[in-house]
Amino acid sequence: MVALALQVKGITKRYPGVIANHEVDFDLRKGEIHVLLGENGAGKTTLMNIIYGLSMPDEGECYLDGELIQITDPNLAISRGIGMVHQHFMLVPTLTVVENIILGVESLRPRTAFLRQLSLLDLASATKRIESLSKQYGLEVDPAAYVRDLPVGAQQRVEIVKALYREADILILDEPTAVLTPQEADDLFQVMRALVQPRGDKHGKSIIFITHKLKEVLAVADRITVLRGGRVVGSTMPSATTENELAAMMVGREVVLTVPKGPARPQEPVLEVQDLKVLDDRHLVAVDGVSLEVRKGEILGVAGVQGNGQRELVESLTGLRKPVGGHVRILGQETTLASPRRITELGTAHIPEDRQKHGLVLSDPVKDNLVLNTYYRPPFAHRAVIAREQVADNAARLVREFDIRTPSIETATSNLSGGNQQKTIVAREFSRPIQLLIAAQPTRGLDVGSIEFIHGQLVKRRDDGCAVLLVSAELDEIMALADRIAVMYKGKIVSVMPAEEATREKLGLLMAGVS
Amino acid sequence: MDMRIIIGLFALTLVKATPLTLGALSGVFCERSGVVNIGIEGMMLTSAFTGFSAAFFSGSALVGIAVALATGGLLALLHAVLCIRFELNQIISGTVINLMAVGVTGYFNRVIFSGRTVPGVETLPRVEIPLLADIPFIGPILFQHQPIVFTTIILVFLVHIVLFHTPWGLRTRAVGEHPRAADTLGIDVFKVRYINVVVGGMIAGLAGAFLTLEAVGTFEKLMSNGRGFIALAAMVFGKWSPVGAFGAALLFGFAEALGVRLQIENIGIPYQFLGMLPYLLTIIVLAGVVGRSTPPAASGQPYRKE
Ligand SMILES: Nc1ncnc2c1ncn2[C@@H]1O[C@H](COP(=O)(O)OP(=O)(O)OP(=O)(O)O)[C@@H](O)[C@H]1O
Ligand SMILES: [Mg+2]
Repeated sequence: MVALALQVKGITKRYPGVIANHEVDFDLRKGEIHVLLGENGAGKTTLMNIIYGLSMPDEGECYLDGELIQITDPNLAISRGIGMVHQHFMLVPTLTVVENIILGVESLRPRTAFLRQLSLLDLASATKRIESLSKQYGLEVDPAAYVRDLPVGAQQRVEIVKALYREADILILDEPTAVLTPQEADDLFQVMRALVQPRGDKHGKSIIFITHKLKEVLAVADRITVLRGGRVVGSTMPSATTENELAAMMVGREVVLTVPKGPARPQEPVLEVQDLKVLDDRHLVAVDGVSLEVRKGEILGVAGVQGNGQRELVESLTGLRKPVGGHVRILGQETTLASPRRITELGTAHIPEDRQKHGLVLSDPVKDNLVLNTYYRPPFAHRAVIAREQVADNAARLVREFDIRTPSIETATSNLSGGNQQKTIVAREFSRPIQLLIAAQPTRGLDVGSIEFIHGQLVKRRDDGCAVLLVSAELDEIMALADRIAVMYKGKIVSVMPAEEATREKLGLLMAGVS
Repeated sequence: MDMRIIIGLFALTLVKATPLTLGALSGVFCERSGVVNIGIEGMMLTSAFTGFSAAFFSGSALVGIAVALATGGLLALLHAVLCIRFELNQIISGTVINLMAVGVTGYFNRVIFSGRTVPGVETLPRVEIPLLADIPFIGPILFQHQPIVFTTIILVFLVHIVLFHTPWGLRTRAVGEHPRAADTLGIDVFKVRYINVVVGGMIAGLAGAFLTLEAVGTFEKLMSNGRGFIALAAMVFGKWSPVGAFGAALLFGFAEALGVRLQIENIGIPYQFLGMLPYLLTIIVLAGVVGRSTPPAASGQPYRKE
């Protein structure tokens, strides 16, 4: 019997209108990777926040190394060797990597006395320590870089090093792969395996790993626990289960993992892009002469490793970033320099890549977020006055239709689980008549049930005659949905092919710049 | 032009820049931790008054300075409690402090000092730093001043070191940019903000002491004269960094010194127009030049734990 690193018993946590955790029992053995699985809003993050001391349970107890302990704040968790990589990164963009990593433990003591906080920072020895950690576990980070300049994959590594720097023995990874490319995810799994390896006579580290990707679960888990509606519905081993079984356990019904989809019937072009040139935030060319066309009734998938200009492309098509050259036409109308509102009013829907930054007003209630781009026109407004009842009715309907798990339509969107924030955006964009849908990573962070639903919706829109531009880092998603596939590499479209001709290998090579 | 005029102009620039620099440092301290403080003007004015009164009645300039510091600190504590504890809008809280300062100093000035013959205290003595003061050109510009001018220059570098090279400064910057991230690392966001706001207030208090105890030796109604706001402009122009803010304050100080100088030279422009120089410069700088400097991301937003 391997010793338990951590055990929680009977954890209950209530929020206004929901029971996020209901008498949850969960344990973690030393040196194991324990996957926590569950639908959006099942209570995974809530449970982890409780273990990390960010929120207090209403009931239940927690044991560390067999000792009953009340984790009242993150300081205590950190000093007892618990580290957490949060679902939404907790890095300060304007600080450097070293600064982010040493923040709070500048002198390697959990509580630096106030006067010692006025001593000089020792960045040199911190950097040394970071370098040795990064070598030891294969986590490549550049200590002197500013976090704001790093791609998400690198930020992820910084988060992990941050936890290791605090000598974490228990590592909580909350959906770390949601924002990673398949290659980056594989690298992460290597790191995780290195972390749980015993070192000398010491146990390896123990990892709680949260993900929605069932393939990953089977690949890395030693043990799997499934939460549904705040309760533990079961535990299993990867050897004893299948993707379908896990999906059913999570959602409570059979889930179709492949999208049923008939042949496309493309008609006239809706979106025409010609020789588009766009700069990124650092004024470097990010989109370099892209031309493409999306027709009514087809899904054009844009595949590519993140950071090859996809974000800038989408932002310029939706009016969020002004191109420096080329043309964009929607339904025959020039929209190259048009405002987001004009583009929206032409019948364009946009599911942005960064849901918290571009998709939602987090502090506002769900019902208002559901009319963010239609609030000013009937039926939601009469002249200058908002029709509250219509807004509320609309919200109630969409919450039902799109299965957004929220205590009420008045709840601030910041209080929804990550996946339900995403569903809120999708519901809003799909709830009005649209001709063109621009979707960037539309299922990022969603559970299998919701992915099934959204994929179905995308295909349905297509069949209703909508033109769909789907940008995704998930090859599986592109392959499952797209009728034509464009591969983007270093700001250029390097190839466009019908979906039938695409294979994983072929796309993979193109994405890596081999042609 | 006469060398002495140029030396005089630059030396005066440093003097005029002193309250602006202090005000800007006060702002940097607060805003870097995420609390906007537009009440610096009021803190300056109030501590100018209390500092002067204390020096007047005790006969000791040191007591005056101590009281001014305490006044700035206490007003800042009020601001901090309103903004952090009660999550009041930070602009409103700052405005309250500014309005209160005008009323309170005006009232007590009349109650305490009216009827006496223009009360005054001796201004702080001029100090010449041995050896350095004798360097030609540089010496008279930099090293022959009153104590608060010297203190200010030292403070600029001290604040720079604290902010960018100590754990406290690192935590301050983190809390001002992304308080939740700091919170997840066990940093007490509220404590960092309270301390920074109060220390910032004390620096504003020193600026007040400068106005009465170092510059003129008496208190006049509304004597801070918008310097707290120009200081904020200097802070923005200097991109929330102490050294940058000092540079900006020198620029504004130069405009003010030039106005004074030209008035003495009597070049035929009415003095009211010359007096406008620093304010005009503020508008120009804020409207155009600094378009791209961004404040700490969380400044102005109260933090709430989950
Ligand atoms: N601070 C909060 N206030 C109110 N409700 C909350 C808060 N945090 C979470 N909830 C609610 O608790 C439930 C569980 O949320 P949690 O974030 O734990 O889900 P999750 O399993 O992590 O989902 P996802 O996979 O989407 O991230 C949700 O219904 C959510 O709306
Ligand atoms: Mg979550």
